Order: sequence, then C-alpha cells, then structure tokens
Amino acid sequence: MKAPDFDYRRPADLPAALTLLARHGAEASIIAGGQSLLPLLNFRLAAPQLLIDIGRLGELKQLTEGDGHIEIGGLLRHCDLAASPLIAQALPLLHQAIGHIAHPAVRHRGTIGGSLAMADPAGELAACCLALDGQFSLLSARGQRWVAAGDFFQGIYETALAPDEILTAVRLPRGGPGRISIFDEVARRRGDFAMAGLALVAEAYSGTLHGVRLALLGVADRTILAPSTMALLEAGPLDQARIEQAVELIAGEADPPEDPAYPPAYRRHLVGVLLRRTLRRILAEAPG
Amino acid sequence: MNAKSRRIALTVNGEAVAREVPVRLNLVDFLRHDLGFTGSHVGCEQGACGACTVLLDDQTVRGCLVLAVQADGCAVQTIEGTSNNDNGLMADLQEMFLSLNALQCGFCTPGMLLSAQELLRANPRPSREEIRDYLSGNFCRCTGYQAIVDAVAAVARARHEEPRP
Ligand SMILES: Cc1cc2nc3c(=O)[nH]c(=O)nc-3n(C[C@H](O)[C@H](O)[C@H](O)COP(=O)(O)OP(=O)(O)OC[C@H]3O[C@@H](n4cnc5c(N)ncnc54)[C@H](O)[C@@H]3O)c2cc1C
Ligand code: FES
Ligand code: FES
Repeated sequence: MKAPDFDYRRPADLPAALTLLARHGAEASIIAGGQSLLPLLNFRLAAPQLLIDIGRLGELKQLTEGDGHIEIGGLLRHCDLAASPLIAQALPLLHQAIGHIAHPAVRHRGTIGGSLAMADPAGELAACCLALDGQFSLLSARGQRWVAAGDFFQGIYETALAPDEILTAVRLPRGGPGRISIFDEVARRRGDFAMAGLALVAEAYSGTLHGVRLALLGVADRTILAPSTMALLEAGPLDQARIEQAVELIAGEADPPEDPAYPPAYRRHLVGVLLRRTLRRILAEAPG
Repeated sequence: MNAKSRRIALTVNGEAVAREVPVRLNLVDFLRHDLGFTGSHVGCEQGACGACTVLLDDQTVRGCLVLAVQADGCAVQTIEGTSNNDNGLMADLQEMFLSLNALQCGFCTPGMLLSAQELLRANPRPSREEIRDYLSGNFCRCTGYQAIVDAVAAVARARHEEPRP
C-alpha cells in the first residue's frame, strides 16, 4: 500500500523544529530515519497531518565523552554507532546489540532516538539503555528535562515523550575496565525482532557478581529489569546451582503477552536459555 | 485528493534531476514511475524484502522507506547506474550470478547485487557466514540462496587471486 497524504516540513535547525512542534505537535509526527514510521504510513496505521523531518539536524548528530559518561546524539544512526571505536571501547554492550538490529540498509537510516521513541518491546537499544541506567534528554520549546530509561518506557509503543518533545540525546554511564557486558537474543531470522533477549552488565570479584543490571527485551509490554534475578546473582558466589536458580527465577519475572505464534511459556523458556548461556559464559571466563 | 507536493533536486545515476513530487511519494516509486529506472523493484513496502534497495549517498537503503523529498540534495544510484565506475566489481558480480544460476525470476537480483557490492567494497574476502549475514535483508523466493552465496564468494575469490590494475 501507499502512504496517505500529509504535509512535510524540514526545519533548518533545532529551534525551528521545536517551534513547529510547539505549534503542530498533536497532529504532527517527527520523522528521523523513517524506518519504523514509513512502514506504518505505508500500511496506513498512522495518519499524521504533517511530518517534521529532523533527519538533517546536525545538532543531534554529536557523540561526546563526558565526565564518566558517553552522550549520544538522538540522530546517530545504527551504522554510526556500529562503526564508532568509542562505542566499541566504552559501551561494548551497545556495540554487541547493534549487530542484532535489522539489516545493513535499515541500519543506514534508523536512529537511536527513533528506536527509543518507537519503544518496541523487543528493541535492542531500549534494553541496553535500561541495563546501563541511561538518561534521555527530552527537549521542547518549554525546556529540557532528563528522564531515566526506567521511567521512559511506559508500555507497548508508549513513552514519556510529550507530543512537542524531541529526544535529543542519550547519556550512558561508562563502566570500569573490569565490567562484564553481554547482550544476547533469539530471533527467527537474522535481523528480525527478537522473541526474547537480554542485556547484562555486572562486575565480578571473588567469584561473585556485583552491581548486576539485567534488562530483558521481547518478554513484556516494554523492556524490563529483572530485579529478583539481579538480587539472587549478587547474593553469593556464581556456581551451577545459582545459575539454575536464576534460570528458574527469571521465567517468573518475564511477563510475555499472549501471542499465538510465540506463546508466553515459550518466551519464558527462551529467556531462561539465554540467561543460562550468559552466566555459564561468565563462569567459564572468570579469572582464577 | 489534495496531494501536497514539493520541488526536489538531486542527482540520479550521475545526472542532475529536478522534479515536483507529492510528499507522500516514496523514493523507489519516484525512480520507477517518474524517471523510468525500473531496475529497483517493489515488493513488501515495509522494509522486509530488500527488492527496492538503492544507494543513497553511497549507502544501501530501502527505497520504500525513504520519501522522495528526503532524497532532496542527495546522490542516488540504482542498479542501472552502478555498473561502470567500481573497478568492474558490479560487472563481475552480474557475470557470476548468471553463470552460477544465482537468479531465476530476477525480482530480488538488483537488490542482491547492490548489497553484495557494498559488502565486497568494505570486506573483500568475506566468509560465507558474513555473506549470509550481509544479505539477510534481501529475500529471494526462487534460488534458495545457496547459489547467491556461491556467486558472491566466487567473485571475492576471483578478484583476490587476479588483482586488477
Ligand atoms: C525490516 C526491519 C527490521 C527491523 N528490525 C529491528 C530490530 O531487530 N530491532 C530494532 O530495534 N529495530 C528494528 N527495526 C526498526 C529500526 O531500528 C528503526 O530504525 C527504529 O525503530 C526507528 O528509528 P528511525 O530513526 O527510523 O525512526 P522513525 O521511523 O523516523 O520514527 C519512529 C517513531 O519515533 C518518533 N521519533 C523519531 N525520532 C525521534 C526523536 N528524536 N524524538 C522524538 N520522537 C522521535 C517518530 O515520530 C515515530 O513515531 C527494523 C526496521 C525494519 C524496517
Ligand atoms: S519493497 Fe522495500 S523492502 Fe520490500
Ligand atoms: S530470483 Fe526470484 S526472487 Fe530471487
């Protein structure tokens, strides 16, 4: 099918974009990479009166190193992040995850801001930002606010973004050199949205995991943390018995929607398989 | 219908083009219907199949997931325009696809070729796994993929063994 009729504006700079959004926010839609929005328009599942194309705003394409964190402009594309040595070195979790997003031609257009604003429950970047306890900058003509990833995702395709706000940047704390970062998922075919996945960061000393942040994707109406499993993993040394306990526990923390293709029990099983695989890998690679 | 339109100016296959287009028109329909470059095909219109693949500023994109107005000021290449200026890589791929039966109906072929060309430019000696990975966003309903992977691997091997001037 073809997209419905709409108007189109390409503001020259960020202030102009914010003014347009302030005036038309409710009936307008931002377009960044268009890799989620255009399929929706082509299938007439969305009908904005106006597209505000922010795709060329250079202000949103910066990648900067701050004090203890990395700040990623909202318009950086999946391919930009995949190619960045800074991301590979400082945020290996993100680097691993990007390889699972779609296909090269989609990664050449799709942006981090668009992915997060879309809030697909199986989005890789959302899960990474939650695991890394990231903060998102939401900017409008009314001002700027920072929202934690944990508060940003509110349901399937639902976020804290107001209609006049742009997600301008993502701030992710960088970890110490010993931080473990593992991203893994199961998808039907390469590049498909995952049936289940996980993003884990932790530190290991004396055989025990500390500072565990474990985010799940594809197993609830949004990306979620698994707090009970995180607590169990920090409660004592990592061994086979603890791994099996964690696998059992995490199935209960997942809350997959009813889906005839992939029933909830199947997704719960998958997230357990992924966790077992991840923890065994940590155990095998642990020093000493 | 009260279709809104905009004037765009871009280069397509090396030639400057300026046209008035409806803003809802996607790039692949613009290339096919307004300019007659029918080498890029239209399959799913949702980004899944890769039949509409074209190069936008030298990178593969889904022609169905870019609006023509978004290509304003950019350089677009379709399969019709890519054959001559890449040190013979596209010609080699086309020849090898033909000789190894890597195409049947040909619907996927332009997209496959453009993706394979991009892969071999960045990674001249990919493994079969890397070839499959790079082509994972291009669907073929005829060949079963084996011959396509064979053809890309054969071109990589041949060009590696006989470096060109
Ligand atoms: C075949 C295919 C497979 C895919 N597979 C995956 C996958 O496996 N994993 C995955 O995560 N994604 C996948 N995607 C989606 C892809 O990652 C998109 O790039 C991403 O979801 C949206 O980014 P975008 O820049 O294209 O956003 P757009 O499509 O331009 O916008 C998406 C939504 O976000 C809003 N928006 C965009 N940018 C901003 C901003 N800065 N601030 C506020 N609102 C904004 C728009 O108004 C719109 O509602 C796939 C897409 C396709 C076509
Ligand atoms: S027609 Fe564009 S990806 Fe299928
Ligand atoms: S040759 Fe027919 S779809 Fe690939």
